[in-house]
Amino acid sequence: MTARLRLVLIVTALSVYVLVALVALAAAVSSDLGSVEREVLERVLRREASLAIFIGLLFLAGLAFVISLLFKQYVVGAGRLGREAELIAAANPSHRIEPSGPPELRAIAGAVNQLAGRAESGQEGIRAQIAAARVDLEQERNRLAALMSELTLAVLVCNADGRILLYNVAAKELLSRDGAAPSPVGLGRSIFAILDRSLVAHALERIGTADAATAASVHLAASTSGGLLLRVAMAPVRDREGEAAGFVLILEDVTETAETSLSRDALLRSLTEDSRSAVANIRAAVESMLDYPRMDADERQRFAAVIRHEAEALSERVEGAARQSAAQLADQWSLSDMLGSDLLTALQRSLERESGVKAEVGDAGHGLWLKVDSYALVRALGHIARSLHADAAVTRFSLDLGQAGRYARLDLGWEGAPLAEERLRVWVEEPLGNGGAGLASTVREVVERHGGEVFAPADAGAGTAYVRLLVPVAEPAAQRPRPAPVAASSRPDFYDFDLLRSSEENPERDEAELDKLGFTVFDTETTGLRPAEDEIIAIGAVRIVNSRLLRQETFDRLIDPGRPVDPASTRVHGISSEMLAGQPTIDEVLPLFARFAEDSVLVGHNVGFDLRFLELNEARTGVRFTQPVLDTLLISAVVQPEEEDHSLEAMAARLGVSVVGRHTALGDAILTGEIFLKQWRLLATLGLGTLGDVREAVRRSYLARVSESLYTG
Amino acid sequence: MARKVLIVDDEPNIVLSLEFLMQQRGYETHVARDGDEALAEVERFRPDLVLLDVMLPRRDGFEVCQRLRAEGWSELKILMLTARGRDVEIEKGLSLGADGYVTKPFSTAELVARVADMLEGAE
Repeated sequence: MTARLRLVLIVTALSVYVLVALVALAAAVSSDLGSVEREVLERVLRREASLAIFIGLLFLAGLAFVISLLFKQYVVGAGRLGREAELIAAANPSHRIEPSGPPELRAIAGAVNQLAGRAESGQEGIRAQIAAARVDLEQERNRLAALMSELTLAVLVCNADGRILLYNVAAKELLSRDGAAPSPVGLGRSIFAILDRSLVAHALERIGTADAATAASVHLAASTSGGLLLRVAMAPVRDREGEAAGFVLILEDVTETAETSLSRDALLRSLTEDSRSAVANIRAAVESMLDYPRMDADERQRFAAVIRHEAEALSERVEGAARQSAAQLADQWSLSDMLGSDLLTALQRSLERESGVKAEVGDAGHGLWLKVDSYALVRALGHIARSLHADAAVTRFSLDLGQAGRYARLDLGWEGAPLAEERLRVWVEEPLGNGGAGLASTVREVVERHGGEVFAPADAGAGTAYVRLLVPVAEPAAQRPRPAPVAASSRPDFYDFDLLRSSEENPERDEAELDKLGFTVFDTETTGLRPAEDEIIAIGAVRIVNSRLLRQETFDRLIDPGRPVDPASTRVHGISSEMLAGQPTIDEVLPLFARFAEDSVLVGHNVGFDLRFLELNEARTGVRFTQPVLDTLLISAVVQPEEEDHSLEAMAARLGVSVVGRHTALGDAILTGEIFLKQWRLLATLGLGTLGDVREAVRRSYLARVSESLYTG
Repeated sequence: MARKVLIVDDEPNIVLSLEFLMQQRGYETHVARDGDEALAEVERFRPDLVLLDVMLPRRDGFEVCQRLRAEGWSELKILMLTARGRDVEIEKGLSLGADGYVTKPFSTAELVARVADMLEGAE
């Protein structure tokens, strides 16, 4: 029963009581009076009736006013106190009640605040104790995490259902190699999105049947949907009873190795099989000639011709195979990112140690990132320096590095006459000696492997000369500048009854506790506020798994809408048309987002707005979001019905969530996610623990809102 | 009456030796250069033995061997010659009906002895 209804009842009851008392009084008095007296009274009453009724009503109104005043002050005030105390207890321990109303209630508010303060500091004490007790555990976990992240092996740990419990950077990197974005790797995601379910089941079965001593792990070959070829080592994680509680996967990308070994196989086969025929032909001819010495000259000539022809073909084939295998080796040549200063230092040291010459390093280019094989470069430059030393008696060199577009100039300079291009050409073709430089045997090869060039510029200044090598610089990491967003009015309320409809009936999921479910909290930015005309320009999302907001597993994409952005919108989200030029289109991004949000409950603030935009792209992109949806705005109306303001900012302030990075899609998604987690506890105090409960409560509250607005106009 | 040997190989450089060797041994020879020709020659020339290379244009040796047996040439001796020396291929050839399998390179004396054995040993 609402407070207002109770007030009305009390006032009505009181009025009825007073009326009854008056009637009773009148009855008692009239029965006691004589007929004359009664007549006199009646006359008096008749004359003064309107006055009497007026005074009576005035009395009643005054009474009702006083009662309602008291009621508002004490009963409603106490209700407010109760709800705020509940908020402190359930969601926001640092919330304090603003003392207001009559002194008694102020006293209670003060006392509650005091209690809250004590509880909070007590909790902090307990938290500190727990934290201290957990330091060791945490350290161990960190050590494990550090170890995992340092591992170049890609490691994944899954539970028995194939959900990823743990992964390392190498695993994420490896499985993103096939161009899959967002990465299929994420906490709580299914490994079966990466590996075939039956393959994993087969492996588990093999582990299960093999006796533990012989088969600690099994090896599998698997290919991913993106075309990677993986070698997978799989080991079970057993619980105390020895049952398989999950499994560890160690992945290795063997795509390249497999390709190389395939072509090596082909090479080997062509060598053996083709050579077999040639050798057979030669042998048969030779043996015929030897075994039948009386064959005539003509015949002998034919056999000799066969032998020469086959021998020539054979040597050509061997030559070809050698070239092919060299090319295969070259493919394995790996260039790695290296800082300019490191390369210069390595060159300097090597020149002084290996070639016995002095080298001075110039000042420039130290911060430049190069993509090089430093060992080969050192060998190549050493060869040129030694040749110069032997040829022109140069003993002092300078080393300089500078950028020229996508290439870096590496100059080996000296004082003296410029080098003739013919001489350099001889040197770069000479074998490097001492086993070459890794897989390259000449300076020319080293340079070619880098996709570079080497030359001796003739236009050097007076008295100085240099040999210049061009080597590639490393690609700079792409950066995306964003102007600081300006806070402005938020989007309008946008309700969509459809989003409450269960589009994917899943009773199991409805019965699941919230903390057992995975959520994708998302937000979009748009060119404007009219779904029918405007387009999505950014999608940001973050996942919640096991009651944790996974800040490292986010989705953050800008989208080229193919139309200009409303300047008013740009002021809100800070995204201008220029920033969107060249970004992928919604057709490309939406499938990626669908994959990111796969198998989870969608959450958003005033999510009807975002859903409307997604829906309008449904037909074109073929991407449908059929999973259940929750709206933090509607949940707020359930858990804090007395509040007026359900904007993100107001909710964050009430629930004690700090606001950072608002008005980027990802920033808002993260904020919404934090608020959503806080709302869980308030939902729990209302006895709403499962997804189904929450959806039903939201639906009812929404209906309540709709019907209320119908009655109040 | 001279025994007849059909030599099926697309490489003239080995055909020269094989033909010479068979003729020296006193056999009448004929040459086919691909699988289809081999089938036609068997029909026309009616050899006692086929020296059958595996790698042939159009129809490979395995197929020719299988076809010959399927067409009822059960008395015909088939000796397969190949540069593919893997055990599984030898197994395949023998399963498809070959009487013998010789991998290249081979000793000519042994090959001749093998052919002689198959042709004359059976008498």
